[in-house]
Amino acid sequence: MDLTLKIWRQASSKVKGQFVNYQVQNISAEASFLEMLDILNESLVAKGEEPVAFDHDCREGICGACSLYINGRPHGPDRGITTCQMHMRNFKHGETIIIEPWRAKPFPVIKDLMVDRSSFDEIIQAGGFVSVRTGGIPDANSIPIPRRNAELAMDAAACIGCGACVAACKNASAMLFVSAKVSQFALLPQGRIEAQERVQRMVAKMDELGFGNCTNTYACEAECPKEISVSNIARMNREFLSAKLISHKEF
Amino acid sequence: MTKLNPKIPNGQLDQKWTNYKAHQNLVNPSNKRRLDIIVVGTGLAGAAAAASFGELGFNVKVFGIHDSPRRAHSIAAQGGINAAKNYPNDGDSVFRLFYDTIKGGDYRAREANVFRLAEVSNSIIDQCVAQGVPFARDYGGLLDNRSFGGAQVSRTFYARGQTGQQLLLGAYSALSKEIGKKTVKMYTRRDLMDVVIVDGLARGIIVRNLITGEIERHSAHAVVLATGGYGNVFFLSTNAMSSNGSAIWKAYKKGAFFGNPCFTQIHPTCIPVHGEYQSKLTLMSESLRNDGRIWVPKKLEDAEKIRKGTLKAGNLKEEDRDYYLERRYPAFGNLVPRDVASRAAKERCDAGFGVGTTGLAVYLDFADSIKRLGKNVIESRYGNLFQMYEKIVDENPYENPMMIYPAVHYTMGGIWVDYELQTTIPGLFAAGEANFSDHGANRLGASALMQGLSDGYFVLPYTIQNYLANQIQIPTIKTDLPEFVQAEKETKDLIQKLLTINGKNTVDSYHRKLGLIMWDNVGMGRNKEGLTNAIKLIQELKVDFWKNVKVTGTNDQVNPELEKALRVADFIELGELMARDALSRQESCGGHFREEYQTPEGEALRDDKDFTFVSAWEYKGDNVEPEMHKEPLVFEFIEVKQRNYK
Ligand SMILES: Cc1cc2nc3c(=O)[nH]c(=O)nc-3n(C[C@H](O)[C@H](O)[C@H](O)COP(=O)(O)OP(=O)(O)OC[C@H]3O[C@@H](n4cnc5c(N)ncnc54)[C@H](O)[C@@H]3O)c2cc1C
Ligand code: SF4
Ligand code: FES
Repeated sequence: MDLTLKIWRQASSKVKGQFVNYQVQNISAEASFLEMLDILNESLVAKGEEPVAFDHDCREGICGACSLYINGRPHGPDRGITTCQMHMRNFKHGETIIIEPWRAKPFPVIKDLMVDRSSFDEIIQAGGFVSVRTGGIPDANSIPIPRRNAELAMDAAACIGCGACVAACKNASAMLFVSAKVSQFALLPQGRIEAQERVQRMVAKMDELGFGNCTNTYACEAECPKEISVSNIARMNREFLSAKLISHKEF
Repeated sequence: MTKLNPKIPNGQLDQKWTNYKAHQNLVNPSNKRRLDIIVVGTGLAGAAAAASFGELGFNVKVFGIHDSPRRAHSIAAQGGINAAKNYPNDGDSVFRLFYDTIKGGDYRAREANVFRLAEVSNSIIDQCVAQGVPFARDYGGLLDNRSFGGAQVSRTFYARGQTGQQLLLGAYSALSKEIGKKTVKMYTRRDLMDVVIVDGLARGIIVRNLITGEIERHSAHAVVLATGGYGNVFFLSTNAMSSNGSAIWKAYKKGAFFGNPCFTQIHPTCIPVHGEYQSKLTLMSESLRNDGRIWVPKKLEDAEKIRKGTLKAGNLKEEDRDYYLERRYPAFGNLVPRDVASRAAKERCDAGFGVGTTGLAVYLDFADSIKRLGKNVIESRYGNLFQMYEKIVDENPYENPMMIYPAVHYTMGGIWVDYELQTTIPGLFAAGEANFSDHGANRLGASALMQGLSDGYFVLPYTIQNYLANQIQIPTIKTDLPEFVQAEKETKDLIQKLLTINGKNTVDSYHRKLGLIMWDNVGMGRNKEGLTNAIKLIQELKVDFWKNVKVTGTNDQVNPELEKALRVADFIELGELMARDALSRQESCGGHFREEYQTPEGEALRDDKDFTFVSAWEYKGDNVEPEMHKEPLVFEFIEVKQRNYK
């Protein structure tokens, strides 16, 4: 199929960007979306032009690197997948596809379609862990965990840190991402011990970094490639309130 | 004179690690603060090591090419991680895990290392559970296990089909905790350009900042490379796009020996190649072989019809199907080790029985299991994998058998290390897939995650101290030493050269060509003629590359073309070394199948008399033949046998 691509080009974070139109021909329906961009890029390089920069790595929906806004939606039209898992059969011959980077204040553009998501790492560094050291740990089966809790924890832990939830939210809220981590640990006995301190630290960091408030529109859940549930946000809110009730510390 | 000393501790096999730890040198807490360690890589091995060093009180600097440590390629591992817990009470033990690993590796790994790996495997599971890794559990709330190829016990722990993700996020959380405490400093989006050696010791690295293009110098008292495997030499592989061999290749060029470069694992269950533009291959977890049966048509004419689309797999009668693994290997059936399963698929396809439009595919069929267990059981076990398959291939695997074909997956070869995971350069250590160590000529499923975490959590935190204990008098290493200046200059010259060739061929076009040469000659079947030819072709490709490659953009900005060019330049040289190693190993063992050395039934023929050694290659200069050293492998505690999965 032949397509028109309207792609956001921006040389660096310091300059303004704009849309540039490109044509690609003979794209197979079996190709993935990123392979289609590879084809465009190889043709640009052959002409001596600069290829379009975008983040990607695993190309199978698990590393969370790919992050394209396609026709106005994070990770494109299909549900429950990342950009790299989308195939060109989702598009029609002759179509124009608009491709942009994530647009959210805490994720500044680095170049073209690449953004800086290090704020997510900072939130994890603030409390997204269990404070155990290497070694000296009792047997793994010494604390049985109800299967249902383990499954719910795994559902939350499946988050790939892509940032689509933030990009989808009109307030650029990171609640889905943060609540997924808070929930994973809150559901497990190993994580319970620090649960109250953790949620306060992570929320404080999230606010400090300029992520917006949650106004319950749930655009995040709809666009999340791992279909992380907004029930995690409710759980985090409960954790947060109960922690605030008894805590005297400021984070 | 060879510099190879594996430094295997004395004593009985099960006492070696205990003895080592009891007698090694340690660094006291106040000195730890004054010692700097550089870790390159934040996969399982790197993140685990860095977090553990930080906890011990060392000054740690960590580097990676990704924008976040959480995105290292370990994230993509699906199936699981082995440990000798014997929770299912099915006869497992540390010795059995050790034995299976040695045997699975076709007796080409070091006994003492592999035993230590099996010994610490249980602590890994304890550690991960304590970190909050949500492993699969049974209804009683205890940890669940499944079986994997090459083993007769169920010893694989898993977190749905995302085990690597969950283990890496565990290690990442430990690392983040230390970064938060400022014991560890993280440098993201940095590409290793060189290892700096001062007076024969590893003292630092040169990296390129992938955002600004700046070339930076970093110094330390010891350097750990945990940069993963080099399967992308083949262009198409299951590895992530940015996985590369450059870091270990630079170390090799600085004097670290390269161990068993030709040992490559070709994974039997991947989605077959479908087009020219394809950028990578997708693995379908090996766990599928627990319930899927592998077959091709028995008759050539049926295979032909299937390829043309005039016959459907489901319509082929039972007696017209050849379940070739069950036929050839009744004891292990569909669960034979990866190398055996891959070769058997190639053999059938080469003989004309392959399916799919290209004829390079075999069936992995769940119809029997669905009949026996019900669709929902299969769905609960493999739902996400089936969904992934359907998204890619656009076919429903509950109704039609999956099509699979082998693909490059893992490199057992890597930087040669001794028992302490130290390379031949003092102060330079290698961990995870980047080192050559524990898997011999073939890695068993679910053992790479185990090895990465073993190296990072439980081996390096000890062994590195044995080295650093002699460094406590050395103040912070200055980065204005002439060795740093020189290394930085060489890096800048190299980049300048690539940017100014301004030829007519894209970087990818060279990578694809190299991949084809490698796949055809240094892939699943190797022979003298093909390997000799491959060396020649690769040398020609190298000349062509340095004359005609086109690298767009400049150095002072994000430049993915330049990044790729730097990697492909190294892959070309590494590919040649792999071919050389394969040529010199005149036997078939594990993933290394030399067509000249096989039994009349087509099974691999090992030559223990002449080849029970690790080949360790020493760099001798650009376009000069490297020198091979041999580390003899001595088996004191087990009997070396012919591998038999029949
Ligand atoms: C699809 C897939 C599925 C797998 N499934 C399993 C499984 O189920 N069980 C199992 O045991 N094994 C599995 N494996 C193998 C296993 O995942 C890997 O061997 C293992 O994760 C490697 O870990 P590592 O820490 O050595 O390196 P990696 O995770 O590859 O990390 C490498 C690190 O080094 C950094 N780096 C790389 N190059 C440079 C450079 N030039 N400069 C600076 N930094 C650099 C990267 O940024 C990264 O942080 C699988 C592999 C694949 C491809
Ligand atoms: S919650 Fe979903 S959308 Fe948000 S970072 Fe995680 S996986 Fe991505
Ligand atoms: S490239 Fe890894 S999730 Fe898309």
